[in-house]
Amino acid sequence: MADAAEGRGAVRRRAGLRLWLSGGWLAALAAAALLAPWIAPHDPLAQDLFAGRLPPAWQAGADPAYLLGTDSLGRDVLSRVLHGARVALFVALVAGTLTALIGAALGLLAGFYRGWVDVAISRLVDIWMAFPPVLFAILLIAVLGTGLASIIVAIVVIDWTRFARVVRAEAMAQGAMDYVASARVAGMGRLRTLATEILPNCLPTIGVLLTLEMGIAVIVEAILSFVNLSISTDAPTWGGMIAEGRLSIHQAWWVLVFPLVALFLTVLAFGQLGEGLKDRFDPVLR
Amino acid sequence: MADLYSVTGLHVSLADMTRKPLLGAAPRIGILHGLTFAIGRGEVVGIVGGSGSGKSTLGRALVRLLEPTAGRILFDGQDIAHLPEPALRPLRRRFQMIFQDPLSSLNPRQTVGTILRAPLALHGLPLARAAEALDAVGLPRAHLARYPHELSGGQRQRVGIARAIALRPDFILADEIVSGLDVSSQAQVLALLETLVRDFSLTLAFISHDLSVVRRLCTRIIVLHQGRIVEDAPAARLFDAPKAEYTRMLLSAIPLPDPDQPWD
Ligand SMILES: Nc1ncnc2c1ncn2[C@@H]1O[C@H](COP(=O)(O)OP(=O)(O)O)[C@@H](O)[C@H]1O
Ligand SMILES: [Mg+2]
Repeated sequence: MADAAEGRGAVRRRAGLRLWLSGGWLAALAAAALLAPWIAPHDPLAQDLFAGRLPPAWQAGADPAYLLGTDSLGRDVLSRVLHGARVALFVALVAGTLTALIGAALGLLAGFYRGWVDVAISRLVDIWMAFPPVLFAILLIAVLGTGLASIIVAIVVIDWTRFARVVRAEAMAQGAMDYVASARVAGMGRLRTLATEILPNCLPTIGVLLTLEMGIAVIVEAILSFVNLSISTDAPTWGGMIAEGRLSIHQAWWVLVFPLVALFLTVLAFGQLGEGLKDRFDPVLR
Repeated sequence: MADLYSVTGLHVSLADMTRKPLLGAAPRIGILHGLTFAIGRGEVVGIVGGSGSGKSTLGRALVRLLEPTAGRILFDGQDIAHLPEPALRPLRRRFQMIFQDPLSSLNPRQTVGTILRAPLALHGLPLARAAEALDAVGLPRAHLARYPHELSGGQRQRVGIARAIALRPDFILADEIVSGLDVSSQAQVLALLETLVRDFSLTLAFISHDLSVVRRLCTRIIVLHQGRIVEDAPAARLFDAPKAEYTRMLLSAIPLPDPDQPWD
Protein backbone atom coordinates (compact mmCIF):
# COMPACT_ATOMS: atom_id res chain seq x y z
CA MET A 1 0.00 0.00 0.00
CA ALA A 2 2.73 2.46 1.03
CA ASP A 3 4.58 1.52 -2.14
CA ALA A 4 1.59 2.19 -4.33
CA ALA A 5 0.96 5.54 -2.63
CA GLU A 6 4.58 6.49 -3.09
CA GLY A 7 4.50 5.45 -6.74
CA ARG A 8 1.47 7.64 -7.32
CA GLY A 9 3.16 10.49 -5.54
CA ALA A 10 6.17 10.18 -7.83
CA VAL A 11 3.95 10.19 -10.91
CA ARG A 12 2.23 13.31 -9.63
CA ARG A 13 5.49 15.08 -8.91
CA ARG A 14 6.75 14.31 -12.39
CA ALA A 15 3.43 15.41 -13.86
CA GLY A 16 3.69 18.59 -11.80
CA LEU A 17 7.19 19.37 -13.09
CA ARG A 18 6.10 18.73 -16.66
CA LEU A 19 3.11 21.00 -16.19
CA TRP A 20 5.19 23.80 -14.68
CA LEU A 21 7.91 23.66 -17.34
CA SER A 22 5.59 23.52 -20.33
CA GLY A 23 3.06 25.93 -18.86
CA GLY A 24 5.86 28.29 -17.84
CA TRP A 25 7.39 28.36 -21.30
CA LEU A 26 4.03 28.91 -22.99
CA ALA A 27 3.01 31.61 -20.52
CA ALA A 28 6.30 33.44 -21.02
CA LEU A 29 5.95 33.09 -24.78
CA ALA A 30 2.36 34.33 -24.70
CA ALA A 31 3.40 37.35 -22.62
CA ALA A 32 6.29 38.05 -24.98
CA ALA A 33 3.99 37.74 -27.99
CA LEU A 34 1.38 40.07 -26.52
CA LEU A 35 3.96 42.66 -25.47
CA ALA A 36 6.22 42.25 -28.52
CA PRO A 37 5.58 45.77 -29.90
CA TRP A 38 6.74 47.25 -26.59
CA ILE A 39 9.46 44.89 -25.41
CA ALA A 40 11.13 44.12 -28.75
CA PRO A 41 14.31 46.22 -28.79
CA HIS A 42 14.03 46.98 -32.52
CA ASP A 43 11.51 47.19 -35.33
CA PRO A 44 11.45 43.60 -36.68
CA LEU A 45 11.32 44.93 -40.26
CA ALA A 46 13.96 47.65 -39.94
CA GLN A 47 16.99 46.80 -42.09
CA ASP A 48 20.47 48.11 -41.43
CA LEU A 49 22.79 46.91 -44.15
CA PHE A 50 25.80 48.17 -42.23
CA ALA A 51 24.89 45.94 -39.27
CA GLY A 52 24.33 42.68 -41.18
CA ARG A 53 25.14 39.29 -39.67
CA LEU A 54 26.18 40.58 -36.28
CA PRO A 55 26.72 37.67 -33.88
CA PRO A 56 24.86 37.30 -30.54
CA ALA A 57 25.91 39.73 -27.82
CA TRP A 58 28.25 37.34 -25.97
CA GLN A 59 30.42 36.64 -29.02
CA ALA A 60 33.40 38.63 -30.33
CA GLY A 61 32.52 41.41 -32.75
CA ALA A 62 28.96 41.75 -31.46
CA ASP A 63 26.93 44.91 -30.94
CA PRO A 64 25.30 44.74 -27.46
CA ALA A 65 22.21 46.45 -28.91
CA TYR A 66 21.47 43.23 -30.82
CA LEU A 67 21.16 40.59 -28.10
CA LEU A 68 20.69 37.60 -30.44
CA GLY A 69 22.54 39.15 -33.38
CA THR A 70 21.19 40.25 -36.76
CA ASP A 71 20.40 38.53 -40.04
CA SER A 72 21.96 39.22 -43.43
CA LEU A 73 19.78 42.30 -43.91
CA GLY A 74 20.71 43.65 -40.49
CA ARG A 75 17.35 42.93 -38.86
CA ASP A 76 17.34 42.17 -35.14
CA VAL A 77 16.88 38.39 -34.57
CA LEU A 78 15.41 38.78 -31.07
CA SER A 79 12.77 41.22 -32.25
CA ARG A 80 11.87 38.96 -35.13
CA VAL A 81 11.62 35.88 -32.88
CA LEU A 82 9.32 37.83 -30.54
CA HIS A 83 7.08 39.04 -33.35
CA GLY A 84 7.18 35.56 -34.87
CA ALA A 85 5.72 34.25 -31.61
CA ARG A 86 2.68 36.47 -32.19
CA VAL A 87 1.97 34.79 -35.50
CA ALA A 88 2.69 31.27 -34.20
CA LEU A 89 0.53 31.57 -31.08
CA PHE A 90 -2.30 33.31 -32.92
CA VAL A 91 -2.49 30.49 -35.45
CA ALA A 92 -2.17 27.87 -32.70
CA LEU A 93 -4.98 29.37 -30.66
CA VAL A 94 -7.46 30.09 -33.43
CA ALA A 95 -6.81 27.04 -35.61
CA GLY A 96 -6.59 24.69 -32.60
CA THR A 97 -9.82 25.94 -31.05
CA LEU A 98 -11.80 25.88 -34.29
CA THR A 99 -10.55 22.41 -35.16
CA ALA A 100 -11.45 21.15 -31.70
CA LEU A 101 -14.92 22.69 -31.75
CA ILE A 102 -15.89 21.34 -35.16
CA GLY A 103 -14.24 17.93 -34.83
CA ALA A 104 -15.37 17.27 -31.27
CA ALA A 105 -18.96 18.33 -31.98
CA LEU A 106 -19.22 15.96 -34.94
CA GLY A 107 -17.47 13.18 -33.01
CA LEU A 108 -19.82 13.56 -30.05
CA LEU A 109 -22.92 13.49 -32.25
CA ALA A 110 -21.72 10.42 -34.17
CA GLY A 111 -20.63 8.49 -31.08
CA PHE A 112 -23.66 9.28 -28.95
CA TYR A 113 -26.56 9.19 -31.40
CA ARG A 114 -25.16 6.28 -33.45
CA GLY A 115 -27.48 5.20 -36.28
CA TRP A 116 -27.60 7.22 -39.47
CA VAL A 117 -25.93 10.24 -37.85
CA ASP A 118 -22.89 8.06 -37.18
CA VAL A 119 -22.96 6.50 -40.64
CA ALA A 120 -23.08 9.92 -42.31
CA ILE A 121 -20.30 11.47 -40.21
CA SER A 122 -18.06 8.39 -40.30
CA ARG A 123 -18.32 8.13 -44.10
CA LEU A 124 -17.44 11.80 -44.40
CA VAL A 125 -14.39 11.27 -42.19
CA ASP A 126 -13.28 8.26 -44.26
CA ILE A 127 -13.57 10.14 -47.52
CA TRP A 128 -11.84 13.17 -46.04
CA MET A 129 -8.92 11.15 -44.78
CA ALA A 130 -8.33 9.62 -48.20
CA PHE A 131 -6.76 12.94 -49.30
CA PRO A 132 -3.02 13.28 -48.56
CA PRO A 133 -2.92 16.18 -46.05
CA VAL A 134 0.08 18.10 -47.41
CA LEU A 135 -1.28 18.08 -50.94
CA PHE A 136 -4.66 19.05 -49.53
CA ALA A 137 -3.10 22.00 -47.68
CA ILE A 138 -1.18 23.30 -50.68
CA LEU A 139 -4.27 22.92 -52.87
CA LEU A 140 -6.35 24.86 -50.37
CA ILE A 141 -3.78 27.66 -50.10
CA ALA A 142 -3.62 27.79 -53.89
CA VAL A 143 -7.37 28.30 -54.01
CA LEU A 144 -7.70 30.59 -50.99
CA GLY A 145 -4.53 32.57 -51.57
CA THR A 146 -1.70 32.99 -49.07
CA GLY A 147 -2.20 34.63 -45.71
CA LEU A 148 -2.88 33.76 -42.11
CA ALA A 149 -6.61 33.21 -42.61
CA SER A 150 -5.95 30.64 -45.33
CA ILE A 151 -3.48 28.81 -43.12
CA ILE A 152 -6.04 28.64 -40.34
CA VAL A 153 -8.76 27.44 -42.70
CA ALA A 154 -6.40 24.83 -44.12
CA ILE A 155 -5.52 23.46 -40.68
CA VAL A 156 -9.16 23.29 -39.60
CA VAL A 157 -10.33 21.71 -42.84
CA ILE A 158 -7.63 19.04 -42.73
CA ASP A 159 -7.44 18.22 -39.05
CA TRP A 160 -11.04 18.17 -37.80
CA THR A 161 -11.14 14.45 -38.64
CA ARG A 162 -8.51 13.76 -35.98
CA PHE A 163 -10.86 15.08 -33.30
CA ALA A 164 -13.96 13.55 -34.86
CA ARG A 165 -12.52 10.04 -34.87
CA VAL A 166 -11.07 10.03 -31.37
CA VAL A 167 -13.99 11.82 -29.73
CA ARG A 168 -16.49 9.55 -31.49
CA ALA A 169 -14.81 6.49 -30.00
CA GLU A 170 -14.73 8.10 -26.57
CA ALA A 171 -18.39 9.18 -26.74
CA MET A 172 -19.34 5.65 -27.78
CA ALA A 173 -17.49 4.13 -24.84
CA GLN A 174 -19.05 6.63 -22.44
CA GLY A 175 -22.50 6.09 -23.95
CA ALA A 176 -22.33 2.41 -23.01
CA MET A 177 -21.79 3.25 -19.33
CA ASP A 178 -24.64 2.76 -16.89
CA TYR A 179 -24.59 6.39 -15.80
CA VAL A 180 -26.08 7.21 -19.19
CA ALA A 181 -28.83 4.61 -18.70
CA SER A 182 -29.33 6.05 -15.24
CA ALA A 183 -29.79 9.56 -16.66
CA ARG A 184 -32.44 8.13 -18.96
CA VAL A 185 -34.22 6.42 -16.08
CA ALA A 186 -34.20 9.79 -14.32
CA GLY A 187 -35.96 11.28 -17.35
CA MET A 188 -33.10 13.30 -18.79
CA GLY A 189 -33.36 14.19 -22.49
CA ARG A 190 -30.79 12.96 -25.01
CA LEU A 191 -29.19 16.28 -25.84
CA ARG A 192 -28.94 17.24 -22.21
CA THR A 193 -27.39 13.88 -21.37
CA LEU A 194 -24.83 14.50 -24.10
CA ALA A 195 -24.01 17.96 -22.76
CA THR A 196 -23.98 17.32 -19.01
CA GLU A 197 -22.98 13.66 -18.69
CA ILE A 198 -20.99 12.59 -21.77
CA LEU A 199 -19.19 15.81 -22.72
CA PRO A 200 -17.49 16.33 -19.33
CA ASN A 201 -16.12 12.80 -19.57
CA CYS A 202 -14.74 13.50 -23.04
CA LEU A 203 -13.16 16.85 -22.09
CA PRO A 204 -9.83 15.42 -20.90
CA THR A 205 -9.42 13.64 -24.24
CA ILE A 206 -10.44 16.78 -26.13
CA GLY A 207 -8.03 18.85 -24.04
CA VAL A 208 -5.06 16.62 -24.81
CA LEU A 209 -5.94 16.59 -28.51
CA LEU A 210 -6.37 20.36 -28.46
CA THR A 211 -2.90 21.04 -27.08
CA LEU A 212 -1.41 18.56 -29.58
CA GLU A 213 -3.32 20.31 -32.33
CA MET A 214 -1.92 23.68 -31.23
CA GLY A 215 1.57 22.23 -31.54
CA ILE A 216 0.70 20.90 -34.99
CA ALA A 217 -0.68 24.31 -35.99
CA VAL A 218 2.60 25.94 -34.99
CA ILE A 219 4.51 23.45 -37.15
CA VAL A 220 2.16 23.80 -40.11
CA GLU A 221 2.40 27.57 -39.99
CA ALA A 222 6.20 27.30 -39.89
CA ILE A 223 6.25 24.84 -42.80
CA LEU A 224 4.01 27.00 -44.93
CA SER A 225 6.11 30.05 -44.10
CA PHE A 226 9.18 28.01 -44.93
CA VAL A 227 7.84 27.29 -48.41
CA ASN A 228 6.63 30.85 -48.64
CA LEU A 229 2.91 30.13 -48.61
CA SER A 230 2.24 32.04 -45.40
CA ILE A 231 2.19 35.82 -44.97
CA SER A 232 4.52 38.11 -46.91
CA THR A 233 8.13 36.98 -47.05
CA ASP A 234 9.76 39.61 -44.91
CA ALA A 235 7.10 39.53 -42.20
CA PRO A 236 8.62 37.93 -39.11
CA THR A 237 7.59 34.28 -38.86
CA TRP A 238 9.64 31.45 -37.38
CA GLY A 239 9.30 29.38 -40.55
CA GLY A 240 10.41 32.29 -42.72
CA MET A 241 13.40 32.95 -40.46
CA ILE A 242 14.39 29.28 -40.56
CA ALA A 243 14.19 29.34 -44.36
CA GLU A 244 16.42 32.42 -44.54
CA GLY A 245 18.77 31.22 -41.82
CA ARG A 246 19.31 27.96 -43.67
CA LEU A 247 20.93 29.88 -46.53
CA SER A 248 23.54 31.50 -44.30
CA ILE A 249 24.07 28.69 -41.82
CA HIS A 250 27.87 28.79 -42.20
CA GLN A 251 28.22 32.55 -41.83
CA ALA A 252 25.49 33.23 -39.27
CA TRP A 253 24.17 30.14 -37.42
CA TRP A 254 22.16 32.32 -35.01
CA VAL A 255 19.65 33.34 -37.68
CA LEU A 256 18.63 29.69 -38.03
CA VAL A 257 19.12 28.38 -34.50
CA PHE A 258 17.11 30.82 -32.38
CA PRO A 259 13.79 30.55 -34.24
CA LEU A 260 14.34 26.80 -34.50
CA VAL A 261 14.80 26.48 -30.74
CA ALA A 262 11.72 28.63 -30.12
CA LEU A 263 9.69 26.46 -32.50
CA PHE A 264 10.95 23.21 -30.99
CA LEU A 265 10.32 24.25 -27.40
CA THR A 266 6.86 25.55 -28.22
CA VAL A 267 5.72 22.40 -30.01
CA LEU A 268 7.16 20.26 -27.22
CA ALA A 269 5.52 22.42 -24.56
CA PHE A 270 2.07 22.13 -26.16
CA GLY A 271 2.32 18.34 -26.18
CA GLN A 272 3.51 18.18 -22.56
CA LEU A 273 0.94 20.72 -21.39
CA GLY A 274 -1.96 18.52 -22.47
CA GLU A 275 -0.66 15.45 -20.68
CA GLY A 276 0.27 17.49 -17.62
CA LEU A 277 -3.14 19.14 -17.36
CA LYS A 278 -4.87 15.81 -17.67
CA ASP A 279 -2.77 14.24 -14.93
CA ARG A 280 -3.19 17.22 -12.65
CA PHE A 281 -6.84 18.17 -12.95
CA ASP A 282 -8.70 15.02 -13.87
CA PRO A 283 -10.57 14.09 -10.67
CA VAL A 284 -10.71 10.48 -11.81
CA LEU A 285 -6.95 10.13 -12.05
CA ARG A 286 -6.27 12.23 -9.00
CA MET B 1 -56.38 -2.35 -5.15
CA ALA B 2 -55.06 -2.88 -8.67
CA ASP B 3 -51.53 -4.21 -9.18
CA LEU B 4 -48.74 -1.69 -9.69
CA TYR B 5 -47.36 -3.65 -12.64
CA SER B 6 -49.39 -5.95 -14.80
CA VAL B 7 -47.41 -7.56 -17.60
CA THR B 8 -49.02 -9.68 -20.30
CA GLY B 9 -47.39 -11.57 -23.16
CA LEU B 10 -44.10 -9.68 -22.91
CA HIS B 11 -41.82 -10.48 -25.83
CA VAL B 12 -38.40 -8.92 -26.31
CA SER B 13 -36.11 -9.64 -29.21
CA LEU B 14 -32.89 -7.78 -29.89
CA ALA B 15 -30.85 -7.26 -33.01
CA ASP B 16 -27.89 -9.63 -33.09
CA MET B 17 -25.11 -7.30 -34.20
CA THR B 18 -22.55 -10.11 -34.33
CA ARG B 19 -24.38 -11.73 -37.24
CA LYS B 20 -25.39 -8.53 -39.03
CA PRO B 21 -24.89 -8.86 -42.78
CA LEU B 22 -23.00 -6.07 -44.56
CA LEU B 23 -26.24 -4.72 -45.98
CA GLY B 24 -29.65 -4.94 -44.40
CA ALA B 25 -30.90 -5.48 -40.90
CA ALA B 26 -29.31 -7.75 -38.34
CA PRO B 27 -31.23 -10.93 -37.52
CA ARG B 28 -33.25 -10.66 -34.32
CA ILE B 29 -32.86 -13.10 -31.48
CA GLY B 30 -35.67 -13.68 -29.05
CA ILE B 31 -34.67 -13.00 -25.44
CA LEU B 32 -38.01 -13.02 -23.62
CA HIS B 33 -40.79 -15.29 -24.88
CA GLY B 34 -44.17 -14.11 -23.66
CA LEU B 35 -43.99 -13.36 -19.94
CA THR B 36 -47.17 -12.75 -17.97
CA PHE B 37 -47.10 -11.72 -14.32
CA ALA B 38 -48.13 -8.97 -11.96
CA ILE B 39 -46.45 -7.06 -9.15
CA GLY B 40 -48.74 -5.86 -6.40
CA ARG B 41 -48.18 -2.64 -4.45
CA GLY B 42 -45.79 -3.12 -1.56
CA GLU B 43 -44.60 -6.47 -2.85
CA VAL B 44 -40.92 -7.37 -2.87
CA VAL B 45 -40.48 -9.66 -5.83
CA GLY B 46 -37.33 -11.62 -6.48
CA ILE B 47 -36.46 -12.33 -10.10
CA VAL B 48 -33.99 -15.19 -10.23
CA GLY B 49 -32.45 -17.35 -12.92
CA GLY B 50 -29.11 -18.34 -14.34
CA SER B 51 -26.81 -16.04 -16.24
CA GLY B 52 -28.31 -15.17 -19.62
CA SER B 53 -31.83 -16.18 -18.62
CA GLY B 54 -33.11 -12.69 -19.42
CA LYS B 55 -33.42 -11.12 -15.96
CA SER B 56 -31.75 -7.85 -16.87
CA THR B 57 -33.66 -7.65 -20.13
CA LEU B 58 -36.94 -8.07 -18.24
CA GLY B 59 -35.87 -5.41 -15.74
CA ARG B 60 -34.88 -2.99 -18.45
CA ALA B 61 -38.23 -3.47 -20.14
CA LEU B 62 -40.04 -2.74 -16.86
CA VAL B 63 -38.30 0.63 -16.49
CA ARG B 64 -38.48 1.17 -20.25
CA LEU B 65 -34.77 1.29 -20.95
CA LEU B 66 -35.80 -0.84 -23.90
CA GLU B 67 -39.02 -1.17 -25.85
CA PRO B 68 -40.62 -4.62 -25.91
CA THR B 69 -41.30 -6.26 -29.24
CA ALA B 70 -44.80 -7.27 -28.19
CA GLY B 71 -46.98 -7.41 -25.11
CA ARG B 72 -48.37 -4.98 -22.60
CA ILE B 73 -46.79 -3.43 -19.53
CA LEU B 74 -49.44 -1.76 -17.42
CA PHE B 75 -47.91 0.55 -14.86
CA ASP B 76 -50.58 1.79 -12.46
CA GLY B 77 -53.15 1.02 -15.13
CA GLN B 78 -51.35 2.78 -18.00
CA ASP B 79 -49.72 0.82 -20.81
CA ILE B 80 -46.12 2.02 -21.00
CA ALA B 81 -44.84 -0.72 -23.31
CA HIS B 82 -44.68 1.49 -26.39
CA LEU B 83 -44.93 5.00 -24.94
CA PRO B 84 -42.52 7.34 -26.73
CA GLU B 85 -39.81 8.94 -24.58
CA PRO B 86 -41.44 12.39 -24.21
CA ALA B 87 -44.69 10.86 -22.98
CA LEU B 88 -42.73 8.58 -20.69
CA ARG B 89 -40.66 11.32 -19.09
CA PRO B 90 -43.20 12.63 -16.54
CA LEU B 91 -43.87 9.02 -15.48
CA ARG B 92 -40.21 8.19 -15.04
CA ARG B 93 -40.01 9.66 -11.54
CA ARG B 94 -42.26 6.83 -10.41
CA PHE B 95 -40.15 3.86 -11.47
CA GLN B 96 -36.45 3.94 -10.68
CA MET B 97 -33.53 1.58 -11.01
CA ILE B 98 -30.44 0.68 -9.02
CA PHE B 99 -27.64 -0.66 -11.19
CA GLN B 100 -25.30 -3.57 -10.65
CA ASP B 101 -21.98 -1.75 -10.99
CA PRO B 102 -21.93 1.61 -9.22
CA LEU B 103 -18.57 2.46 -10.79
CA SER B 104 -20.31 2.46 -14.14
CA SER B 105 -23.64 3.91 -13.01
CA LEU B 106 -22.18 6.89 -11.11
CA ASN B 107 -20.68 9.52 -13.37
CA PRO B 108 -16.98 9.56 -12.36
CA ARG B 109 -16.65 13.29 -12.96
CA GLN B 110 -19.56 14.36 -10.79
CA THR B 111 -19.70 14.67 -7.03
CA VAL B 112 -22.26 12.67 -5.10
CA GLY B 113 -24.20 15.93 -4.64
CA THR B 114 -24.39 16.58 -8.37
CA ILE B 115 -25.36 12.97 -9.03
CA LEU B 116 -28.20 13.08 -6.49
CA ARG B 117 -29.50 16.55 -7.40
CA ALA B 118 -29.71 16.18 -11.19
CA PRO B 119 -32.79 13.88 -11.17
CA LEU B 120 -34.45 16.05 -8.51
CA ALA B 121 -33.92 19.18 -10.61
CA LEU B 122 -35.31 17.43 -13.70
CA HIS B 123 -38.58 16.72 -11.90
CA GLY B 124 -38.75 20.06 -10.11
CA LEU B 125 -38.35 18.49 -6.66
CA PRO B 126 -36.64 20.21 -3.70
CA LEU B 127 -32.87 19.71 -3.91
CA ALA B 128 -32.67 19.29 -0.15
CA ARG B 129 -33.89 15.75 -0.73
CA ALA B 130 -30.35 14.83 -1.84
CA ALA B 131 -29.06 15.23 1.71
CA GLU B 132 -32.14 13.50 3.14
CA ALA B 133 -31.57 10.55 0.82
CA LEU B 134 -28.00 10.24 2.10
CA ASP B 135 -29.38 10.18 5.66
CA ALA B 136 -31.77 7.44 4.66
CA VAL B 137 -29.01 5.21 3.29
CA GLY B 138 -26.76 5.88 6.26
CA LEU B 139 -24.07 7.99 4.62
CA PRO B 140 -22.82 11.23 6.21
CA ARG B 141 -23.92 14.41 4.44
CA ALA B 142 -20.28 15.40 4.00
CA HIS B 143 -20.15 12.75 1.27
CA LEU B 144 -22.14 15.09 -0.98
CA ALA B 145 -18.83 16.72 -1.87
CA ARG B 146 -17.07 13.47 -2.69
CA TYR B 147 -16.41 11.83 -6.02
CA PRO B 148 -17.46 8.19 -6.53
CA HIS B 149 -13.86 6.97 -6.60
CA GLU B 150 -13.37 8.39 -3.12
CA LEU B 151 -15.94 5.95 -1.71
CA SER B 152 -15.81 2.24 -0.93
CA GLY B 153 -17.80 -0.27 -2.97
CA GLY B 154 -20.56 -0.52 -0.38
CA GLN B 155 -20.76 3.27 -0.04
CA ARG B 156 -21.01 3.68 -3.80
CA GLN B 157 -23.88 1.26 -3.95
CA ARG B 158 -25.58 3.26 -1.18
CA VAL B 159 -25.26 6.36 -3.34
CA GLY B 160 -26.96 4.43 -6.16
CA ILE B 161 -29.76 3.54 -3.76
CA ALA B 162 -29.99 7.12 -2.51
CA ARG B 163 -30.37 8.39 -6.07
CA ALA B 164 -33.28 6.02 -6.65
CA ILE B 165 -35.17 6.75 -3.43
CA ALA B 166 -34.59 10.54 -3.56
CA LEU B 167 -37.30 10.74 -6.21
CA ARG B 168 -39.73 8.90 -3.87
CA PRO B 169 -40.70 6.45 -6.60
CA ASP B 170 -43.48 3.88 -6.36
CA PHE B 171 -41.27 1.15 -7.78
CA ILE B 172 -37.57 0.35 -7.71
CA LEU B 173 -35.79 -2.22 -9.80
CA ALA B 174 -32.55 -3.51 -8.28
CA ASP B 175 -30.45 -5.45 -10.78
CA GLU B 176 -27.85 -7.67 -9.05
CA ILE B 177 -26.97 -4.79 -6.76
CA VAL B 178 -25.06 -6.82 -4.19
CA SER B 179 -23.21 -9.25 -6.43
CA GLY B 180 -20.18 -6.96 -6.68
CA LEU B 181 -19.87 -6.53 -2.91
CA ASP B 182 -18.09 -8.50 -0.22
CA VAL B 183 -20.21 -10.58 2.12
CA SER B 184 -20.45 -8.09 4.98
CA SER B 185 -21.35 -5.16 2.67
CA GLN B 186 -23.91 -7.44 1.02
CA ALA B 187 -25.61 -8.07 4.33
CA GLN B 188 -25.59 -4.36 5.17
CA VAL B 189 -27.05 -3.32 1.82
CA LEU B 190 -29.75 -6.00 2.07
CA ALA B 191 -30.65 -4.85 5.59
CA LEU B 192 -30.80 -1.27 4.31
CA LEU B 193 -33.13 -2.28 1.47
CA GLU B 194 -35.43 -3.99 3.96
CA THR B 195 -35.64 -0.82 6.03
CA LEU B 196 -36.24 1.39 3.00
CA VAL B 197 -38.97 -0.83 1.62
CA ARG B 198 -40.75 -0.52 4.96
CA ASP B 199 -40.14 3.20 5.54
CA PHE B 200 -40.98 4.39 2.04
CA SER B 201 -43.65 1.73 1.35
CA LEU B 202 -41.75 0.77 -1.79
CA THR B 203 -42.54 -1.87 -4.33
CA LEU B 204 -39.29 -3.61 -5.20
CA ALA B 205 -38.16 -6.02 -7.88
CA PHE B 206 -34.89 -7.58 -6.87
CA ILE B 207 -32.94 -9.35 -9.57
CA SER B 208 -30.36 -11.92 -8.52
CA HIS B 209 -28.80 -15.12 -9.77
CA ASP B 210 -28.45 -16.20 -6.16
CA LEU B 211 -31.51 -17.61 -4.40
CA SER B 212 -29.96 -17.30 -0.95
CA VAL B 213 -29.77 -13.51 -1.34
CA VAL B 214 -33.40 -13.32 -2.46
CA ARG B 215 -34.68 -15.58 0.30
CA ARG B 216 -34.25 -13.07 3.07
CA LEU B 217 -35.74 -10.08 1.28
CA CYS B 218 -38.51 -11.19 -1.01
CA THR B 219 -42.14 -12.02 -0.47
CA ARG B 220 -42.54 -13.58 -3.88
CA ILE B 221 -40.14 -15.11 -6.36
CA ILE B 222 -40.26 -15.38 -10.14
CA VAL B 223 -37.89 -17.93 -11.64
CA LEU B 224 -36.73 -17.27 -15.19
CA HIS B 225 -35.14 -19.83 -17.45
CA GLN B 226 -34.21 -19.17 -21.06
CA GLY B 227 -36.58 -16.22 -21.36
CA ARG B 228 -39.60 -17.98 -19.83
CA ILE B 229 -41.14 -17.95 -16.38
CA VAL B 230 -40.80 -21.47 -14.99
CA GLU B 231 -42.16 -20.71 -11.56
CA ASP B 232 -43.88 -17.79 -9.81
CA ALA B 233 -44.71 -18.41 -6.17
CA PRO B 234 -44.65 -16.90 -2.67
CA ALA B 235 -41.14 -17.15 -1.26
CA ALA B 236 -41.98 -19.56 1.55
CA ARG B 237 -43.74 -21.99 -0.77
CA LEU B 238 -41.01 -21.82 -3.38
CA PHE B 239 -38.33 -22.73 -0.87
CA ASP B 240 -40.41 -25.47 0.84
CA ALA B 241 -42.02 -27.08 -2.18
CA PRO B 242 -40.47 -26.02 -5.47
CA LYS B 243 -42.55 -27.14 -8.43
CA ALA B 244 -40.27 -26.67 -11.40
CA GLU B 245 -37.28 -28.90 -12.02
CA TYR B 246 -35.14 -25.83 -12.73
CA THR B 247 -36.06 -24.25 -9.38
CA ARG B 248 -35.03 -27.44 -7.57
CA MET B 249 -31.71 -27.27 -9.38
CA LEU B 250 -31.18 -23.63 -8.30
CA LEU B 251 -32.12 -24.52 -4.72
CA SER B 252 -29.71 -27.42 -4.54
CA ALA B 253 -26.94 -25.06 -5.65
CA ILE B 254 -27.31 -22.97 -2.48
CA PRO B 255 -24.52 -23.91 -0.09
CA LEU B 256 -26.24 -24.70 3.22
CA PRO B 257 -24.36 -24.03 6.42
CA ASP B 258 -23.94 -27.45 8.04
CA PRO B 259 -21.93 -27.46 11.28
CA ASP B 260 -21.49 -31.25 11.24
CA GLN B 261 -19.96 -31.41 7.83
CA PRO B 262 -16.23 -32.07 8.09
CA TRP B 263 -13.91 -29.75 6.16
CA ASP B 264 -12.06 -31.42 3.37
N1 LIG C 1 -27.88 -5.83 -26.54
C1 LIG C 1 -28.02 -7.16 -26.75
N2 LIG C 1 -27.98 -7.65 -28.01
C2 LIG C 1 -28.10 -8.96 -28.23
N3 LIG C 1 -28.26 -9.88 -27.27
C3 LIG C 1 -28.31 -9.47 -26.00
C4 LIG C 1 -28.19 -8.08 -25.66
N4 LIG C 1 -28.26 -7.96 -24.32
C5 LIG C 1 -28.43 -9.21 -23.84
N5 LIG C 1 -28.46 -10.11 -24.84
C6 LIG C 1 -28.65 -11.58 -24.68
O1 LIG C 1 -29.87 -11.75 -24.03
C7 LIG C 1 -29.79 -12.83 -23.12
C8 LIG C 1 -30.30 -12.39 -21.77
O2 LIG C 1 -29.45 -11.39 -21.27
P1 LIG C 1 -29.67 -10.73 -19.84
O3 LIG C 1 -31.07 -10.22 -19.78
O4 LIG C 1 -28.59 -9.75 -19.62
O5 LIG C 1 -29.52 -11.98 -18.89
P2 LIG C 1 -29.25 -12.01 -17.31
O6 LIG C 1 -29.37 -10.64 -16.77
O7 LIG C 1 -30.29 -12.95 -16.80
O8 LIG C 1 -27.89 -12.59 -17.12
C9 LIG C 1 -28.36 -13.30 -23.11
O9 LIG C 1 -28.29 -14.48 -23.86
C10 LIG C 1 -27.61 -12.20 -23.79
O10 LIG C 1 -26.56 -12.73 -24.55
MG1 LIG D 1 -27.97 -9.34 -15.76
